[in-house]
Amino acid sequence: MNTFKLQDCQKTTIKNICASFKNDPGELINILHKTQGEFGYLPEDVQREVALNLNIPVAQVYGVVTFYSFFTMKPKGKHAISVCLGTACYVRGADKLVDELKEQLKIKVGEVTPDGKFSLDCLRCVGACGLAPVLLIGDKVYGRVDPEQITEILESYE
Amino acid sequence: MSNYKMHILVCGGTGCRASQSHEIVEVFKAELKAHNLENDAQVVTTGCFGFCEKGPIVKIIPDNTFYTQVTPSDCTEIVLEHILKGRKVNRLLYEDPKTQSHVEDSKHMDFYKKQLRIALRNCGFIDPENIHEYIARDGYAALGKVLSEMTASSAIDEIKKSGLRGRGGGGFPTGLKWEIASKFKSDQKYVVCNADEGDPGAFMDRSILEGDPHSVIEAMAICGYCIGATKGLVYIRAEYPLAITRLKIAIEQARNFGLLGNDIMGSGFSFDIELRYGAGAFVCGEETALIHSMEGKRGEPTVKPPYPAEKGYLGKPTNVNNVETFASIPVIILKGSEWFASIGTERSKGTKVFALAGKINNVGLIEVPMGITLREIIYEIGGGIKDGKKFKAVQTGGPSGGCLTEKHLDTPIDYDNLTAAGSMMGSGGMIVMDEDDCMVSVAKFYLDFSVEESCGKCSPCRIGNKRLHEMLEKITSGKGTVEDLDYLQNLSKVIKDTALCGLGQTSPNPVLSTLEHFYEEYLIHVKERRCPAGRCKELRLYSINPDLCTGCTACTKACPVGAIEGEKRQPHIIHEEKCIRCGACYAKCKFTAINVQ
Repeated sequence: MNTFKLQDCQKTTIKNICASFKNDPGELINILHKTQGEFGYLPEDVQREVALNLNIPVAQVYGVVTFYSFFTMKPKGKHAISVCLGTACYVRGADKLVDELKEQLKIKVGEVTPDGKFSLDCLRCVGACGLAPVLLIGDKVYGRVDPEQITEILESYE
Repeated sequence: MSNYKMHILVCGGTGCRASQSHEIVEVFKAELKAHNLENDAQVVTTGCFGFCEKGPIVKIIPDNTFYTQVTPSDCTEIVLEHILKGRKVNRLLYEDPKTQSHVEDSKHMDFYKKQLRIALRNCGFIDPENIHEYIARDGYAALGKVLSEMTASSAIDEIKKSGLRGRGGGGFPTGLKWEIASKFKSDQKYVVCNADEGDPGAFMDRSILEGDPHSVIEAMAICGYCIGATKGLVYIRAEYPLAITRLKIAIEQARNFGLLGNDIMGSGFSFDIELRYGAGAFVCGEETALIHSMEGKRGEPTVKPPYPAEKGYLGKPTNVNNVETFASIPVIILKGSEWFASIGTERSKGTKVFALAGKINNVGLIEVPMGITLREIIYEIGGGIKDGKKFKAVQTGGPSGGCLTEKHLDTPIDYDNLTAAGSMMGSGGMIVMDEDDCMVSVAKFYLDFSVEESCGKCSPCRIGNKRLHEMLEKITSGKGTVEDLDYLQNLSKVIKDTALCGLGQTSPNPVLSTLEHFYEEYLIHVKERRCPAGRCKELRLYSINPDLCTGCTACTKACPVGAIEGEKRQPHIIHEEKCIRCGACYAKCKFTAINVQ
């Protein structure tokens, strides 16, 4: 995972983000949100750089990154697929959507397809329970999805 | 300023937006412009109407016409017929499933008849991004009243007398909580709004923040005045981008109007609010964990006492309340505690918002007086079970709650009755299940959640829940024994007694409650190795219907373990002892000749 090496301009980006929160360790979560928004994920080197700027141990940053499910240390696919596994979606068959996606994409939950096109994740409740079962691709919400529609939905992403 | 004769309210909640409601707004605006009606009718994007099942919703005021499942292409017709000529578009009206007639006025819909909207009073009525609309509905009048006419202690008294209890799950009396926080002396105190709605299948807090953010801001300021705090913080899930945007707009508007900031309304009282984002951790709904998370740390709970009222955020006295609790405050101040206390049951006052979901006809957000029965909620407001199936259970309280069954249908719903029935009020998720749902699998689903979300700090929750989950896995895959059921029960009780925080202590509830109410179903799983609901994949029995089988051999090729035999063009058979219940044959058969039991 240490293939990611920060360039000077990226270091500056992190420095600016931290500075915009006055380098306050109390703002660590907000800083990580912004940083992940910039880089797409939080690899080790990025975490190191954040720790350096805030003058706190890397372990503390790593502890926070791994604690919260919103932060990821792996890059996502070009189109990030998330299946809602909230209770409402679960009782309306969201697990069948996960099975179908796993089968078609030939990856497990939390993985990215070899071509980097799709990644598959589960999340807990987007709050669109009226449309259950729900899946998201990027920001687009697909409601009342039937496993048979999966092929068609995937094909619409080029 | 125009005097509009009509208002077109379009739901801008997350559910309806997912079905293109923002496009509907744009088309309406364009159509009104094209027909020179811009000064007659106004398009308003509101918060959630609650009737998510039939979204996107469009409501026309003043006649309360309620259009369901509107698409952008319906807008022209609505403008031409309804707005221009005053004729309702019948095909888009809500159709009462019982009488099969169109309901013209939303007040007459079964879904709304039994509801009483206090916390949701403005949701689906005002534009949440416009402070004027909130003020027009008596917004910030409660804050004005408190600042000009009431002392902190008289305001706290009013809340105490109203009987309002915390709506986030615990049900602790809100007035008492404020009183305790007000008594600690400190140079700085904090008011925190817990908007970390982690319960899967619950979305009431999000809907309030999306539909009526000012009510929460106003209540936080009132709370600040009462306990002596000048700073407020909203801890909100990063997964709720729309709620965050609207809250930010609302805070900015309140500042510009002098309703937040220094010397509010010339009273000398100062209060301001900041946002803190969660990052996806269920345990952060627990107040001590939430406070650690706000400080930029891992959201792990700590032992109480000291309670946050004494030592909370940055070690200062902190009062934490949930979104829905706050949203009820301004109305109580304005209408008085007696009015509020007249609603509900003896020990649970007022109303509760529930997110009704699952196998029910009218999925949506409802607010009902405490003491209403489950039967009224499911069969009247909810319109009954989907596809005419049989009701089995309703799960309340999310991963910390339990199931209510047929025998609880007529129990009045309040904090104490739900606890006595082995469930809990929780934040208000209400998931309805029918005969096709396997209760063992449901318990496993919740345990799966608790295992994943356990912060790992205490061993009963970290290890105990994992063991519980393994047991359930064993049972649902047909390897369980009767002894396992006792083991499940014992371990659940140990976790309940020994876990550190509220979430750990309640995590075995789904297991205990399903064991209590559906013991038979567990027994069938372990004794007969059968899942009556047919949900547990590994307990399914596959057989071939000889009348439909053409002997095409597709299933024989699909079977990974060679459990299917038969001559070409002759009916095949499945050897049960070899079958691993993978379902590959079922998926491949083109003649629906494979039966699943």
